[in-house]
Amino acid sequence: MSTRLAAVATGGTIAIRGGTVVDSTGSRRADVVVGDGRVTAVGPDSGDVPHADRTLDASGCIVAPGLVDLHVHLRQPGREDAETIDTGARGAALGGFTAVVAMPNTDPPMDCAAVVREVQELGAGACCDVYPTAAITVGRRGAELAPMAELARLGVRIFTDDGDGVQDAQVMRRALEYAGGLAHLAGGRRIALAQHCEVAELSAGGHMHEGAWSSRLGLGGQPSEAEELMVMRDIALARLTGSRVHFQHLSTAGSVAMVRAAKEAGLPVTAEATPHHFTLTDACCASYDTVFKVHPPLRPDDDVAAIRAGLADGTIDAIATDHAPHTSTDKERPFDSAPPGMLGLETAVGLALTELDLPIEQVVALMSWRPAAIAAIDDLHGRPIAPTEPANLCVIDPQETWTVSGAAMASPSRNTPYEGRTLRGRVRHTLLAGEPVVIDGEPQR
Amino acid sequence: MSPSGRDRPRQHLLSINDLVRPDLERILDLTESFAEVSERAIPRVPALRGKTVAWLFYEDSTRTRLSFEAAAKQLSADTLNFTVRSSSVNKGESVRDTVQTIDAMGIDAIVVRHSCAGVPHRVGNWIDASVINAGDGRHEHPTQALLDLYTARTHLGDLDGARVAIVGDILHSRVARSDVLAFAAMGAQVTLVAPRPLLPSSLDGWPVTVTHDFDDILGEIDICYLLRMQLERQASALVPSLREFRAEYGLNSWRADRLAEGALIMHPGPMNRGVEIDGDVADRPNAVITEQVANGVAVRMAVLFLLLGSGLDQAAGQKEIAA
Repeated sequence: MSTRLAAVATGGTIAIRGGTVVDSTGSRRADVVVGDGRVTAVGPDSGDVPHADRTLDASGCIVAPGLVDLHVHLRQPGREDAETIDTGARGAALGGFTAVVAMPNTDPPMDCAAVVREVQELGAGACCDVYPTAAITVGRRGAELAPMAELARLGVRIFTDDGDGVQDAQVMRRALEYAGGLAHLAGGRRIALAQHCEVAELSAGGHMHEGAWSSRLGLGGQPSEAEELMVMRDIALARLTGSRVHFQHLSTAGSVAMVRAAKEAGLPVTAEATPHHFTLTDACCASYDTVFKVHPPLRPDDDVAAIRAGLADGTIDAIATDHAPHTSTDKERPFDSAPPGMLGLETAVGLALTELDLPIEQVVALMSWRPAAIAAIDDLHGRPIAPTEPANLCVIDPQETWTVSGAAMASPSRNTPYEGRTLRGRVRHTLLAGEPVVIDGEPQR
Repeated sequence: MSPSGRDRPRQHLLSINDLVRPDLERILDLTESFAEVSERAIPRVPALRGKTVAWLFYEDSTRTRLSFEAAAKQLSADTLNFTVRSSSVNKGESVRDTVQTIDAMGIDAIVVRHSCAGVPHRVGNWIDASVINAGDGRHEHPTQALLDLYTARTHLGDLDGARVAIVGDILHSRVARSDVLAFAAMGAQVTLVAPRPLLPSSLDGWPVTVTHDFDDILGEIDICYLLRMQLERQASALVPSLREFRAEYGLNSWRADRLAEGALIMHPGPMNRGVEIDGDVADRPNAVITEQVANGVAVRMAVLFLLLGSGLDQAAGQKEIAA
C-alpha cells in the first residue's frame, strides 16, 4: 500500500485545527498539519504550526489515527448487488476507518492468488486501504490448506475461513504449524490465523442464540457452547503450536473468560468483539426481523456485560464490525433461510462512544492501533500523530448526536439493526494518506 | 382481538400470546353459536358476504386448509387458494412479493402456513389485510389451540384449575406452544411430559411444570394431550428408538386404563397409531380426537368473523347468525 503515499501526494497542505490529539502516546491539545501524505507538523497552538493551504475544523473533536476494522465483508467479487469494495470502503471512510481487513467468503472465495490480487487491485483506488485476508483452506471447505506461502508473499497477514470455523482439529493444527514458518515472508511478523468459532454439529439448525427466546419463538438455537468449544480447542492448539490465533467476534461470557485465562498463561492469542455483541441481545429477535439474524448470534444480557468487561480490561483487543451487507431481498427471506449479518462500518464509533463506559483514549485504542498491530499493518495505520508519520487520520466529534438511517449509508444494502436509533459521537473528517476522503461527514469521492 | 374492518385498524391472529382470557372466552362463546350453524340443513350465513379470504400454504396441510375453507364458505366469504405447487412461489418469488401480489387483488384476510417460525408476523408488516397464522414452524398454531380449548370446555366446563398433560415431542410442536399458552390463560395447570431432548432448551417464563415420568401423573390429569411424533426423530439422536419412545411416553391401553375417570384423550392429528397412541386407545369413548376436527370449522368461523365481520360485539354476532 505504500505506493499510495506517492500517488496522492498532491493538493497542498492541510491543517486540522482546534482538536485534541489522541494516539498511542497519550492525549494533548494540538493542531496537525499534513502534506505529501504525511504529518508535517504538530503543535499545541496555532502559532506553533505553519499555515496550510486548507483548514479543517476540529474544535471540540478528537484527532486520532485512522481506525482499523479487522473484520469486514465487502462482497466483491460475487455479490456486487449487496456491496462493492468501492462502496464498502466509502462506508468505512465515513466511519473513520482508514484500513479494513476483508474477509475471504466472496464468490469465488479468496483462497488463491488470482482472487486476492483482484481484491488488492480494486482496493487500490478505494476510500480506505483494503487488506484482503485469505482462506485457511481451499474453498473454505476445511480440508486442504490454501497456498499460504504464496498468499503471504502477496501481502496477506491474516488467514481465516470466516463464515465457518475450521472444524477439523488436525487441519487447524497443521495450518497453525505451517503459518508459524511464514514469518520470513511477512517482514518477520508472525502470521495470524483468525477463527470464526462455531462447532458446526452443535450449531446446526440454529438461527439465533439458544435460550429462553429461541424456545419461546420456536426458532432453532445455537448454544453458547458451540462457540466456546472451539475457543477452548484453539487455545489448546495455540499452546501446542506456538502460533498466533486471533478469535473473531467473541460473543459469550465463557469465551471471554477462556481468552482472559489464556492471555494470563502467556499464550499467543488475541480477540475482537463487534458493536452488536456489546449493544444488542437475543430479545431483539422477538420481532422475527431478520436484520437481527447474525452469526455468532445476539446473546442474553449477561454475555453482553461480559463482552463489555472484556473490552474494558483488555481481554478483548479490538472492536471489529463484522460489517456484513445483505440485500433487502435476501433479508426478507424467512428467518431460517435469511443470510446472517448486519451493517456495521458507519455506526461503530457512535455505538462505542454511546454505549461503552470507557475513556475515549481506550475506545480509540480498541479501534486503531491495537487492531493495526493484529493485522500487522502498524507501520502505516494506528501510528502516533507526529511529523513524518503517514497521514492516516480521523477526526471524531464525540458530542454530535445523529440518527441512524440505513438508506443514508454508503452501502447499497440497508441491513442496519440500529435504524432510527440516536447515537452520540460521529466522524467528522477522515484523511487517507493525507487526502481528505471525508469532510464534515461527507464523502469526497 | 377486537372489532375490525377496512375502516378500522386491521387485526391479526398471530399468537395466543396476544390474547387474554376474556378474548379467548369471547371466541369460545361465539364458536358455540357457529357450531349451531354448522348443524343446519343449509349451513350458511351471510356474515362475510363480499369479503375475500386467501390461503397461502407453504407447507402441506389437508385438515387445516379444508377446515378454514369450510369456515369461510359457511360465512359466505369468497376464497382464493394459493398453494405452493401451483403458484409462482416455485419460481423463486419471495414471500413478500407473493403476499403483496395477493393483497393487491383486494383480499380482506390471508391465512398463512409456513415451515419457518415468524413468517405470518412478517407478512403482517407487509400487507393491509388481516393475517391469520395457520401454523408457523415450531412456533404456534393458534386456531388449533382455540379448537382444543373449545373441545375441552364442551366436556369439562370451566377450565380453571383443570390439569392438562401435554405429552411427547414438545420441542418441534407449534401445537404445544399455542396450547400451553391457551390452557394456562384459561387457568388450567399444564404439565409437559417428554424426554429432555424433546423439550425446548429453556422453559423460562413458561407456565408449566415438567416431568419425565408419565405413569406418575396418569391418575391426576383431566386432559391427556398427545402430540404427533415425527418418525425421523431417532435419526437426529433425540430418542434412541420409536420403540423406546412408545414404551416410555406412548399412551397404551395400560396407561389409558389408569387415567382418571372422565379424563379426555386429545390429539391434534394426524395420529401415528402405535407410536404416541395405541390404535384402540384412540377409539375409546373418552378420546375426543374426531370432535376436535369437527370443532375446527366453528372455531375458524368465529375467528374469521371476529377479524372481518362488520358488527363484532356478541349481540351483532348473534344477529348475523340468525339472518
